[in-house]
Amino acid sequence: MKIAGKGISQPISSKQTGAQSGFKQKLLAFASLIILVIVFSVASSNFFQFSNLVGILVSTAVIGVLALGATFVIITGGIDLALGTVMTFSSVMVGVIITFWGLPVPFGIVGGILAGALCGFISGLMVAKMNIPPFIATLAIMMVTKGLSLVITGAKPIYFNDDPIFAKIAMGKMIPGIPNTIIIFLLLGVIASIILSKTIIGRYNFALGSNEEATRLSGVNTVKWKIVIYTITGIFSGIAGILMASRLNSAQPSLGTGYELEAIAAVVIGGTSLSGGVGSILGTIIGALIMSVLTNGLQIMSVAQEWRTVIVGVVIIIAVYADILRRRKQ
Amino acid sequence: MDEILLRMAGIDKFFPGVHALNQCQFELKRGEVHALVGENGAGKSTLMKIATGVYSKDAGQMWYKGSEVEIANTRAAQELGISIIHQELNLMPHLTVAQNIFIGREPRKALKWFVDELELNRKVQELFDQMNLKLDPKTLVSDLTVANQQMVEIAKALSFNAEVLIMDEPTAALTDMEINELFRMIKQLREEGVGIIYISHRMDELKRITDRITVMRDGCYVDTVRTDSVTIDQIISMMVGRELYQTSKPTVSLQTQQVVLEVRNLSSGQLLKDISFHLNKGEILGFAGLMGAGRTEVVRAVFGADPIDKGEIKLHGNTVRIRQPHHAVQHGIGYLSEDRKRYGLLVDMDISMNNAIASFYKFRNAFGWMRDREMRKSAEQHAEALATKTPSVSQKVKFLSGGNQQKVVIGKWLTRDCDVLIFDEPTRGIDVGAKSEIYKLLDQLASEGKAIIIVSSDLPEILRMSHRIIVMCEGRITGELLAEEASQEMIMKYATMRS
Repeated sequence: MKIAGKGISQPISSKQTGAQSGFKQKLLAFASLIILVIVFSVASSNFFQFSNLVGILVSTAVIGVLALGATFVIITGGIDLALGTVMTFSSVMVGVIITFWGLPVPFGIVGGILAGALCGFISGLMVAKMNIPPFIATLAIMMVTKGLSLVITGAKPIYFNDDPIFAKIAMGKMIPGIPNTIIIFLLLGVIASIILSKTIIGRYNFALGSNEEATRLSGVNTVKWKIVIYTITGIFSGIAGILMASRLNSAQPSLGTGYELEAIAAVVIGGTSLSGGVGSILGTIIGALIMSVLTNGLQIMSVAQEWRTVIVGVVIIIAVYADILRRRKQ
Repeated sequence: MDEILLRMAGIDKFFPGVHALNQCQFELKRGEVHALVGENGAGKSTLMKIATGVYSKDAGQMWYKGSEVEIANTRAAQELGISIIHQELNLMPHLTVAQNIFIGREPRKALKWFVDELELNRKVQELFDQMNLKLDPKTLVSDLTVANQQMVEIAKALSFNAEVLIMDEPTAALTDMEINELFRMIKQLREEGVGIIYISHRMDELKRITDRITVMRDGCYVDTVRTDSVTIDQIISMMVGRELYQTSKPTVSLQTQQVVLEVRNLSSGQLLKDISFHLNKGEILGFAGLMGAGRTEVVRAVFGADPIDKGEIKLHGNTVRIRQPHHAVQHGIGYLSEDRKRYGLLVDMDISMNNAIASFYKFRNAFGWMRDREMRKSAEQHAEALATKTPSVSQKVKFLSGGNQQKVVIGKWLTRDCDVLIFDEPTRGIDVGAKSEIYKLLDQLASEGKAIIIVSSDLPEILRMSHRIIVMCEGRITGELLAEEASQEMIMKYATMRS
């Protein structure tokens, strides 16, 4: 059908497209990361050592995987406060399967992922179907999983001493010198990035965050896709739980609270908007790295832990405010 | 009592691309109820917004009690004594009646740190006593009926010592009993020398309550007449104007008698009452009616966007269950909302994404992977066909004009290839050029065999576009007209046919 005249005919203007502005944001975050690395390298000769850099990456992995998952719900305009405790709950379930039931490691891994997926699915159900605000729904899941972890274990850690393979999942070195946990984190980053930027799930993810009602009125089953997205976040929390348990060679039921906030902070530093519709996995990875480089660097410079927390808080404010200023200029 | 309270003359108002008011005048005497009537878009609201300081006028003069005034903002109008009661009431439901009336002007005590609730309630009680109103100042507004909330608004206006009271469609949400109560109050205020400007679409009410009527049309002043000197039909023809648009429709010749969509006994609370209609292949069916008549509610219910109490929807003769928009879209129904930015578009996303959002399944492979190149190609095809003006399909939709945004929404449903297309206010906020393109497109879609519903407040548009017209009033269908027999007068008559 042809109505009149030509449509796309004017020269391509230099007006910013979404991809370009996202690229700028990532460049900004990446530059901050590089500057941090340079500053710490100059301040202390211990910082830019191979072993220290590996240490930074290892300490990024768990929070990083949580942050990857959190990126999905945050782009829908939602939030998941249960990240940390779902992670713990999953690691406890791994412990139950491997140590209590004596089943082989692969069952434990699948069980851990399923535990995370189930928690995410329930959160999604509450948010999408029952219209409970994400903050409240996931706060409730946070408390439920925290409590369950303690109940199941009797508040005592579960150790994985029967099968030495389990500890190798995170800390084994398939590539010499580099613990598996780093490889797994980066691999998950690639997978998350593909899901978000290339697949139908990712498209609906951005559509939901951009305008949920318009998406619904375009005939998209928004309830279904929201549940899918919360479930994905749960799966990432489950995987984080397995990595955590493997690294500690134990499931620690009292760990995990507070991790969700660090993960959310990493996502936000990476340029993902809490109001939804904007964000990227690469940004989240950079955000997570900024957090751990900062913590590690300050540690090496012998800054007391109390002050490290203060400084990280201030950095979050600066990062987010810089992003707001940049957007306002557009 | 012939003192002139408010006089406006030579008022002009321009909005980007629109001459909203052209040399308008208005006069209100002390102790009169003066109706202001006209079709949607005639300029009544704009004129009243100038009188109350919401808009500033571009030309013209205003006098209040004999002296010329410039009203800078709404506060200034209120302090002068001009108050407006909007159709949508502006009360805070979780505060009490008294807190609402004196919001921002609360009596204070103890170094002005605390609100003097006692004094507040006493003042409001005094006001209610004067009005012969039996209401407790301490009731929460959310516990009041709409009628009583309106009384609170009137009390609020009087607490500013209002002498000019503007009421915009005050009876729209009231029962007959409540309307009687409101009219009693209006008559009482008139006795006390308040001048009341009464905006309404309900002709029978004008006869009951008003002294004079001013008619507006297309941003122009038409005439002011004494209510007892005219008939309702005369007022309607003044509102609509003499020059009627030619219905250039070849009317029924294009349509087949093949029924695509059939709706039976659709009901939803107080909004929709027993709606039944059908839609043929190749037909454009117009839904006319005044604001709040339930036209949008009907099409949203058919589309599954709002829940319904009961009703049956048949497509091509088969009963279908539509409870969510995605059910409707699966059955080949597309809906273009009246509010594109809120309900139609992802404004922060590009054209390509918006074009594909209703049909993602077409652009993915077996693994759920999106084929971006095909998405772009489809968007480019539709942009080309619809003559969407944009540098590229990577342009974010928020940078497009209203007409081009509407074309993106149309492209979205063309991509989906729907049989039934519902256009809610298809040309709202669109300039004249793009309007005619959209009319052309609607005709073309119908001739290709699509079944089309248009909802519009623009009577000439409905008359020009539709093969058949359904008129609604208060949630019911009050009339059905064929294009060749329809006229603006007839539509207005059905549209004001209250039960």
